[in-house]
Amino acid sequence: MTKSCPYHRVLVLGGASEIGQQVLAALHLPPDAEVLLAGRDEQRMAAAAERLTRRVRTLQYDAAATGTHQAVIEKAFAGGDVDLVISAAGILAGQDVLDGDPDRAGLLVQTNLTGQVTTLLAATARLRAQGHGTIVVLSSVAAIRPRRANFVYGATKAGLDAFARGLADSLHGSGVRVLLVRPGFVIGRMTRGLRPAPLATTPAAVGRAVAAGLARDATVVWVPPVLRVFAVALRLIPRPIWRRLRR
Amino acid sequence: MDANQVLTGWGRTRPSRAIVSGPMDTCALQELVASRPARGVLARGAGRSYGDAAQNLDGHVVTPVTQPTVELDVAAGTVRASASATFAEVLAKAVPHGLILPVLPGTRHLTMGGAVAADVHGKNQHADGSIAAWIDEIELIDGTGALRTLTPDSDPEAFHATVGGMGLTGLILTVKIRMMTVRSAMIKVTSCRHADLDGLLAALDGTRERYSVAWVDTTASGRSLGRGIVDTGDHLAGPDPLREPDGLTYRPPHTRRAPAMPFCPVTPLWARWFNSLWFSQATSYRIAVTDLPTFYHRLDAVDGWNRAIGPRGLIQYQFVVPDGAENVIARALETVQRHRCAPFLGTLKRFGEASKGPLSFPMRGWSLAIDMPAGRPGLRHALAKLDYAVTAVGGRVYLAKDARLGRASFDVMYGPQTAWRAARARLDPDGVFQSDLGRRLGLCAG
Repeated sequence: MTKSCPYHRVLVLGGASEIGQQVLAALHLPPDAEVLLAGRDEQRMAAAAERLTRRVRTLQYDAAATGTHQAVIEKAFAGGDVDLVISAAGILAGQDVLDGDPDRAGLLVQTNLTGQVTTLLAATARLRAQGHGTIVVLSSVAAIRPRRANFVYGATKAGLDAFARGLADSLHGSGVRVLLVRPGFVIGRMTRGLRPAPLATTPAAVGRAVAAGLARDATVVWVPPVLRVFAVALRLIPRPIWRRLRR
Repeated sequence: MDANQVLTGWGRTRPSRAIVSGPMDTCALQELVASRPARGVLARGAGRSYGDAAQNLDGHVVTPVTQPTVELDVAAGTVRASASATFAEVLAKAVPHGLILPVLPGTRHLTMGGAVAADVHGKNQHADGSIAAWIDEIELIDGTGALRTLTPDSDPEAFHATVGGMGLTGLILTVKIRMMTVRSAMIKVTSCRHADLDGLLAALDGTRERYSVAWVDTTASGRSLGRGIVDTGDHLAGPDPLREPDGLTYRPPHTRRAPAMPFCPVTPLWARWFNSLWFSQATSYRIAVTDLPTFYHRLDAVDGWNRAIGPRGLIQYQFVVPDGAENVIARALETVQRHRCAPFLGTLKRFGEASKGPLSFPMRGWSLAIDMPAGRPGLRHALAKLDYAVTAVGGRVYLAKDARLGRASFDVMYGPQTAWRAARARLDPDGVFQSDLGRRLGLCAG
């Protein structure tokens, strides 16, 4: 009857992503909710669908194929209002790899930034028209200050972060809200083989933090929360010292 | 003047953009309604409803609807006020003649139109009913752009659908209200402190005075759960020679404006401290003579106090439960405490008979209003629990205060509303009058 979770149709962009899954798990969706998983990896999405025990539809979605995004969004919204859009698509590659393969850096920017912008703008138009809904954007603490060790990734996240903040302001008064999530180093599939940074977190913790942030209508969520303070310190470190950081 | 503007309710929780215009003359209003804008038209009064009742996303919002006018008929004891006239304006004119509005809600800034749309009640609801009982006539523009005059006798269905109809049956232009005669504008108030909820309920139940209301310490727990102060009062039998030597007057005191806080200062600890202080500073029994604003409009002493709760805004949860369901009041207090919602203000009232409006809030029983900051993590869950507890005993929440009720809960609380929907279909066949609240609760399409 009464439900504390008001999300009945949820669209996850990057449907196979670990953080996306963990957010869904932490949300405690009502039993009649429908989840739309949009992603590339059919197998992983099918496995995720089984774990969810909710109605699940999968959509073929490639964040780098910007031309297809309008159609994907149309498909997702065709079944009714979408209450929550989680933008969790993203890739990471080591800076040393990208240095030797600029093309791959281009793909990273395309996936992490350009693709997000095209998809979210298409979704925003639909959300605006329906007059309600929430967008969750996964930024990163890397957006705060570019580091020598992964500045292309940092640049994409900085762009996405700025985009999300601007989007949130442009949506003021439209009934649509944006929740910006800035996790620190997340130990998971994407960062396999990397040594965890200080204040590292897990996809499950990010999921819980997003669910809590949604429940209290937050605008920005840091995971772990202490990163909010840490980020101030990051900004204040003098450049000559910052430059010497190896990671 | 048309302008795209972001509007919020008093709680400042759900901003929505609309095309704002007004005041307009009757012809212009009729034209606007007859043009049937796609996202509808809504009248907005003072914007004092807490949630999204006076908002219309992407549609037209007319505020103020008309110029404020107050025509007093002293001999007949009635007032004809335009929809945008406020309670303060009506009282300022009427009180010197020994007349006051029979229903006075907690703020004098409400407009008459808004008061009718929400079927407001006052501290005398148990004795005199809500404002619906005192209205002789409503003039409104219906959904076809035609002028209609509604009275309780000529078209009772349309009349009762409009009183409490949250503005979804038409644009209210003027209201004619029967006034109450008083010999003095001063009120003799008896304040009595009670150490627990049982004492508070018994005191409210036992009072014979015209006005009664209780302040509840929303943060007290355990044995002190629901402790508070009961204020009862009535008008003096004759003018007070010391305080009103020149006859009756209505003079609101000068107010101070609250600062807009950049963060929410209200925490559970702060709420507890504030409420405990308020409780302990009160004497256990006190009789005083006060003026109207001090008794009725205590919160008006600070202008824009809602901005002091911080940028996330505030939620007021006001519900009524029938007699015999007093345990829900205790449960509500426990729930908001357990979920650390930082409830900072509680108001308990005894309600008498319901009015005939299908969407009217009052019903025989008990009403509790709890003010809380909107940004607390446990709030959503706590209120969902309260919705469940209130629906289970046949109670309901006040739409004028609501910003978050779900459609399923609303349907249980207020029923299928066939009478109201039929009346609205007759008054507004094309569904011109729309609001965010109406869309949220399925009262209007779109």
